[in-house]
Amino acid sequence: MAERLIVADGLAARTAWAVRSWWLCARMWMRSMAAYRASYVLGVFSGIAIHALDFAVLVIMFLHTDTLGGWSLPEIAFLYGTSALSLGVANLLVGSADALGQRIVAGTLDSMLVRPAPALSQLCAERFSLRRLGRPLQAAIVLVWALTALDVHWTWDRVLLVPVLLVCGTAIFGAVFVGGATVQFWWGESKEIQNSFTYGGATLLQYPPTVFAKELVAGVVFGIPLAFVNWLPSLRILDRPDPLGLPTAFQYASPVAAALCVTAAGLAWRAGLRAYRGTGS
Amino acid sequence: MALIELQDVRRSFTVRTRTGRFSRTKREVRAVDGLSFTVEAGECVGYIGPNGAGKSTTIKMLTGILVPSSGRLRVAGVDPARERVALARRIGVVFGQRTTLWWDLPLRDSFELARRIYRIPDQRYRANLDRCIGLLDLGGLLDTPVRQLSLGQRMRGDLAAALLHDPQVLYLDEPTISLDVVSKGRVREFLREVNREQGTTVLLTTHDLTDIEQLCGRVMVIDHGRVVHDGGLDGLHAAGRSERTLVVDLAEARPPIEVPGARVAKVDGPRQWLAFPAQESAAPIVAAVAARYPLVDLSVREPAIEDVIARMYAEVAIG
Repeated sequence: MAERLIVADGLAARTAWAVRSWWLCARMWMRSMAAYRASYVLGVFSGIAIHALDFAVLVIMFLHTDTLGGWSLPEIAFLYGTSALSLGVANLLVGSADALGQRIVAGTLDSMLVRPAPALSQLCAERFSLRRLGRPLQAAIVLVWALTALDVHWTWDRVLLVPVLLVCGTAIFGAVFVGGATVQFWWGESKEIQNSFTYGGATLLQYPPTVFAKELVAGVVFGIPLAFVNWLPSLRILDRPDPLGLPTAFQYASPVAAALCVTAAGLAWRAGLRAYRGTGS
Repeated sequence: MALIELQDVRRSFTVRTRTGRFSRTKREVRAVDGLSFTVEAGECVGYIGPNGAGKSTTIKMLTGILVPSSGRLRVAGVDPARERVALARRIGVVFGQRTTLWWDLPLRDSFELARRIYRIPDQRYRANLDRCIGLLDLGGLLDTPVRQLSLGQRMRGDLAAALLHDPQVLYLDEPTISLDVVSKGRVREFLREVNREQGTTVLLTTHDLTDIEQLCGRVMVIDHGRVVHDGGLDGLHAAGRSERTLVVDLAEARPPIEVPGARVAKVDGPRQWLAFPAQESAAPIVAAVAARYPLVDLSVREPAIEDVIARMYAEVAIG
């Protein structure tokens, strides 16, 4: 009883504990979901089928035209693959955060808050299931095809940009998931708003920036920086001119944007939790 | 040093109500309004009050979920609001109306997760688990998915899960709610054991006063965010100005009889109910009745604690 408390110190130790807590809970959810085998199998297959149709729409479009906004099918497939893969992995890891409003109403958030594990980790792991692998899997297949079909001169910086883009894209979408969920501390259940940025944003990024109005493109560069997920680095990889004429540095700036997004989401979460618990405001 | 300490703790909520199409008015509701009390290590305290009295708000502040608007609060030496996660390792919480067990997994798995989340050393985990299994008779249930357990079995599972990390304080919110009589008895017996043998401090809210009669040496009644009674169960009777009832069967039906020190509360044919203060002796009243009227039979009824508390709430509401 008198034994000293293990208090995790420092950002590294706290992050490690947060990730471990997430994993402990996610594993429990995975096994919970496996209790319903038929529903699980159906879920995986329907997921893959829906997303395959999603890409089929793009392919059908290209049966009637050779380019879209000046971009070829492999190039669009590259945008599609990177956007959907980033979103899919982010959704897999932290997508459940959007159920925050329901957790608050049901009182289960309180149960999370009395455990010595970060509430955000527990929340993000909620209902974790490998059936959500359907989307990233399908996106990965499209991406691999795009990479083989692209007619690109693969310099070392272009090669390196692909994994960097995927990691940063996942981080940016993850931050939007969490940041969007945080709004529910104040507005109650409002996951539609957040979904319009995550799923809506991902759909936006599947098309080349040249087909959209400049104002919209500027919005996703300087507003909610979704352009850093794949548009900006893709300009470099695919050697395309920037419709906004931004400095080249922007095409390499995804890590900076990702770091800013993650920090902002983290701060927003803390502020939200503080408001919920009644400090401040 | 007291294990739980509250000094003039207040907590208010801002409630926004829509008054027009766009206008909203803010109203401040004080859920807890100047609460002060201490609980020593090893006590078992009943915390009761009508719905909306501030019970859950208090529990939420004691666990660190809610931050008090003002006042000083200490549990096991720490400020719950500031050191919520550190405190989580020293407290156990059971909400009677919702389980924290994993619905689709065997009971054992929920205990396993607690071991990892609370980082319970192996040896201590095994010893505590064995003790809980023995006391709560969980041995045959460990491999059963929680969704297949009865309400009583699930509550026992929740209690075990909350105690594996040897908490210093156990908060229970309605631990016997909607359990059958046998399960209630079992839960109470276990709590008594934990409180006596482990020295775990127990704070429980309940609407079932038998819980309090059988478990708690001390009862705190809270209403409108304030403590209106703090003491033993006996004191509650005095504070609630409770009355005992002398039921007399007379030889024939009469109008209400007159006896000094008692008043007739009810008449039904030859039977009359005489109420008198609970702390007074029944003997002189019986003697007075017997001297004046032909008496066939009589009995004395003790006050029901429900009535006592109901009267207390009513008085607080008026005063």
